[in-house]
Amino acid sequence: MFELPALGWQSIVIFVVFALSLLIATYCTYAERVIAAFLQDRVGPDRAGPYGLLQPLADAVKMFTKEEFFPGGANKVLFVVGPCLAMITALMSSAVIPFGNTMSFGNNLFFLQGIEVNIGMLWIFGVVSLGVYGVMIGGWASNNKFSLLGAVRAASQNISYELAMGMSLIAVLMISGTLSLREITLQQSVAGEWQLWNIVKQPIGFIIFLVCAFAETNRTPFDLPECETELVGGYHTEYSSMKLGLYLFSEYVNIFVVSAVMSVLYFGGFNFPFQYELRDWFVSSQGWELASAQNLITLLGTVGLFAKIFAFIFFFMWIRWTLPRFRYDQLMRLGWTILIPLAVFNIVLTGALILFGVI
Amino acid sequence: MQLTNRAKVLEKKPMTLAERAYLPAIFQGLSITMRHFFMKKATVRYPEEVRPFSGFFRGLHVLKRDEQGRERCTACGLCAVACPAEAITMVAGERKKGEEGLYREEKYAISYEINMLRCIFCGLCEEACPKAAIYLQPDKMAPPRYERDEFVYGKDRLVEPVSPDERSVKGIQLTSEQADTLRARIA
Repeated sequence: MFELPALGWQSIVIFVVFALSLLIATYCTYAERVIAAFLQDRVGPDRAGPYGLLQPLADAVKMFTKEEFFPGGANKVLFVVGPCLAMITALMSSAVIPFGNTMSFGNNLFFLQGIEVNIGMLWIFGVVSLGVYGVMIGGWASNNKFSLLGAVRAASQNISYELAMGMSLIAVLMISGTLSLREITLQQSVAGEWQLWNIVKQPIGFIIFLVCAFAETNRTPFDLPECETELVGGYHTEYSSMKLGLYLFSEYVNIFVVSAVMSVLYFGGFNFPFQYELRDWFVSSQGWELASAQNLITLLGTVGLFAKIFAFIFFFMWIRWTLPRFRYDQLMRLGWTILIPLAVFNIVLTGALILFGVI
Repeated sequence: MQLTNRAKVLEKKPMTLAERAYLPAIFQGLSITMRHFFMKKATVRYPEEVRPFSGFFRGLHVLKRDEQGRERCTACGLCAVACPAEAITMVAGERKKGEEGLYREEKYAISYEINMLRCIFCGLCEEACPKAAIYLQPDKMAPPRYERDEFVYGKDRLVEPVSPDERSVKGIQLTSEQADTLRARIA
């Protein structure tokens, strides 16, 4: 059999993940418009191609052919670095997400995952918090007070909500005892045991994480950095052409990554109910080999993970067209006086439950 | 200062725990938007779908022919005078010998133009016409176009089309030349 070196397999996975996250982000723009339209009793874009499916292409052509504008007095280098950084950090974080279980070809076992590291969660957390630099640098380099205000808002908002987010993650760590996303996923489903997904063990933690995820991705109701009623366009006021496109795109990539992280941490990742029973059924009554049955389950699990991710992306958009934007002081009060104490309480509660052997 | 005694003193009640928690309100809002997600959409996809017109809708103009297929318009200009938007212009001409099958009266419109961007579709031209020549169709609208001059409708698009073959059935003799120009006009 054709022997694929592990590094080659990894680079294929990384390339596929890269392409997929871009593709999903592209179609997020279309989905956002269609979902917005449906929630408002309209039908949305339906002119470009069947059901308007070529609309993202038309948008991309528009973005690429727009005038590239540099505001006077802007720092040209940083003005370009800003959107690049936003995009790079958004794409980097998906590297450690386990998109599927193991695939086996002959004697080789492969993970459907870019890089398997034992600090996956820390990596995501670090890279996501780097993302604010893209916004910050872009807003500062624009030499525009609205951009700067947007950037300052983004920075303070991300810092405030990262605290609560990190603390809600600590509770997950206490249960799983590992930082590896793969391990956390595998722990949520064990063959022959009645094992629940983390959402059941960490309902408060999940709600905190969800709220913080909205704040971290600058989505409504926390989209104050680009709040167009107050700040024109916020940090991307001065941006045009594909540089603006990169900012908008990185937001959707971030949504994709955060949805994937939530699916992995709280909704069992690539696990789905009765997967081991299904595998055993294929082996015992269909006469399949164990390896090929396992491969099939892995692929089904990947499909399941993407279904979970798409459900979360839909939820993000659903929320956007339901809730109005928070005021800035409300945002800060929610972050510092409600979510952080709640997260601390959640840690204590989890600790107590572990101590008494409930979970 | 109290002007009337109708003023009501409102007592601001403190929020309940459910209201302060905000989450129940969010779920309520989410359920409302989700209901709208599955509702019938108000959009009419215009060129493919057309809303039903009322019976007396005033749409795109047509210059009618009489029962023998001759143009009714005599270029009297009353429609242009009646038009509040000054959308109609015309040039009158005299009918020549042998054109009796084309024009009903001795005077006819050599050119007749309506600017559909100026027209307000009030129907006053229709009311002013003594020959019942101009008529606002109840089932047709001026379609969208890319260029402004495409909205100036000439006789080629206004006069009611009639196929030359149909006219010979009705017993009107046409010279072959006339039939050709008519055919070209229809095409």
